[in-house]
Amino acid sequence: MEKDSNAVVLGEDILDPYGGAFKVTKGLSTNFPDRVFTTPISEASIAGLAVGMALRGMRPIAEFMFGDFITLAADQIVNHAAKYIGMYSDQIKLSLVLRTPVGGGRGYGPTHSQSLEKMFLGLPMFHILAPSHFVHPGEILAHAISTGYPTLYLENKLLYPEVLKLEQQDGAIHRTVYFDEHNYPVVALSNFPDNRKADIAVITYGGISRLLGSILNKLAEEEIWVTACLPVSLSPLPIHLIRSLTEGIKKILVIEESSPAFGWGSEVTSALYDAHAGKLDGPILRMGAANSVIPASKPLEEKVLVSEEKILSTVFEVMAW
Amino acid sequence: MLTVVNSPLPDQQNEARDITEAFYRQMYTIRKVEQNLLDLFAQGYITGTVHTSMGQEACDVGVINALDRSKDILFSNHRAHGQFLAYCDDVEGLIAEIMGKETGVCMGIGGSQHIHKGNMYTNGVQGGIVPNAVGAALAEKTKRTGSVVTVVLGDGTMGEGVVYESLNIASLWSLPVLFLLIDNGIAQSTPKQLEHAGDLATRAMTFSIDSASIEADDVAKVYSTAAQIVSEMRERSRPFFLHVRTARLGPHSKGDDTRPKEEIELLRQRDPLLKIAANLPVDLRMEIEQKIDSRIQTAVEKAMLASHPGLEQLRRA
Repeated sequence: MEKDSNAVVLGEDILDPYGGAFKVTKGLSTNFPDRVFTTPISEASIAGLAVGMALRGMRPIAEFMFGDFITLAADQIVNHAAKYIGMYSDQIKLSLVLRTPVGGGRGYGPTHSQSLEKMFLGLPMFHILAPSHFVHPGEILAHAISTGYPTLYLENKLLYPEVLKLEQQDGAIHRTVYFDEHNYPVVALSNFPDNRKADIAVITYGGISRLLGSILNKLAEEEIWVTACLPVSLSPLPIHLIRSLTEGIKKILVIEESSPAFGWGSEVTSALYDAHAGKLDGPILRMGAANSVIPASKPLEEKVLVSEEKILSTVFEVMAW
Repeated sequence: MLTVVNSPLPDQQNEARDITEAFYRQMYTIRKVEQNLLDLFAQGYITGTVHTSMGQEACDVGVINALDRSKDILFSNHRAHGQFLAYCDDVEGLIAEIMGKETGVCMGIGGSQHIHKGNMYTNGVQGGIVPNAVGAALAEKTKRTGSVVTVVLGDGTMGEGVVYESLNIASLWSLPVLFLLIDNGIAQSTPKQLEHAGDLATRAMTFSIDSASIEADDVAKVYSTAAQIVSEMRERSRPFFLHVRTARLGPHSKGDDTRPKEEIELLRQRDPLLKIAANLPVDLRMEIEQKIDSRIQTAVEKAMLASHPGLEQLRRA
């Protein structure tokens, strides 16, 4: 906001001293009182205001308190934000970001824990991003607001307390960053030092990333060599990069936090079969949450969501084929 | 409530005559373009939908002329041909657009309901443009441009919840948004009394938004009322809710009118185009009409010859 006088921030309960339900906007209203707007509980209008401001050349960043509430803005996303560029025959740009905390693991229950991105995946002229702690989220946000595309920016709640891991090497884990056609990073993590091919590729994003450090270290101890692919852009999907990063790897596991049916993993899996048909050792496996509500009861929630243990046991199972 | 409407003084009569002539040109252009569009639809040259503004021209022309076209902003809905022509007079671009030709204002991709030119934006989903208009007003206020944003609603639109979110925010943040409710008493085929409890004209008052309710039979009256409202809005940076009672002479779209003939006949007697026509000398009126008829005919002929847009013109991502 210091660098860009057209950047404005709006959302519910974002003013200091509260600074937003997850404190992401803390300090902003003190530093930029004229460009931070606390709104009524009106999600359709929060998105609608952002669209209107973007049409007039501003760069709004709107916060939805919980990702579950994004459905209240579905008409604004589908029929307004995602339509204006195309239906006005490319005469306008629409730089806006809708940020929202998503995901479970905190016992918030069925309507405050979901990862609903699958409802908007594949929408033309609409970008969906899910950064992790293996990239710099601020830099990605700054880039997103300058692309001219309306963008949904998903922040997994469990990533908020994580420390950024931006080193090239952290113990046994090597981190390499590639960039897709919209200049969003695709992070490749591997738990082996040399140029050998991994035994298994894990493709995932967002909140699942926080489990990867421990998983890759444990698998290295077992001499199971893994390449993990973490695209920031979920839609459009940087499939060329994912294909080349998984080229020659015989086993593939695709993981998402949401329930896998009709989801992101389906698209990735289908695109990888197109590229790697006949070259794989077994089917591409997919993991995600149970196809149920996300229960408030913490022990039951843990059973519903993907966990480190479930991923490890799936990898061991796949490696035993 | 705003009540004062001034009549022109004697020394303003020449100016008034010029204004009447200008308004008649715009209203007649809208009427003739719409009639041509319905004919073209009947002949199979237009597909999809055609929501015409026939009967509502005094509202469209009266309000749009009260705006500063160099900086004011207009959001409208599915029935926006009249406002578009009053705003920018691009007969050629509109006809080609609705015929789906690449010479249209949006290359034929948007069509009748999705038009953008200059500071005008339309969308075909009821109510969704209203928060966009409020956002645009917030942007202009932040940039200190002094622009007023007008957003067009229909009586049917008042059933959408997001309209009330927008009224609340526009008033709360003191944004210069003119909520223009064009009340033709019928939403597609459903009369207002089957859709709404209570009075539409006073709904914005509960949000502390100044409101007025006028009849759109006389374009000069609509214009002077709107001009006064817009000037006050610009000065005070406040929203305003203008309820305009009007009549849709044509069908909702194409030829789907199920209203009794007698009802439409009664509406025709209130036709604002007849009212303004009576204020002009016949020879002048004929001259105006002839020029416009021939301009529209040429526009249709050109659009007929123009190409449809190709896949390469369609933005994809």
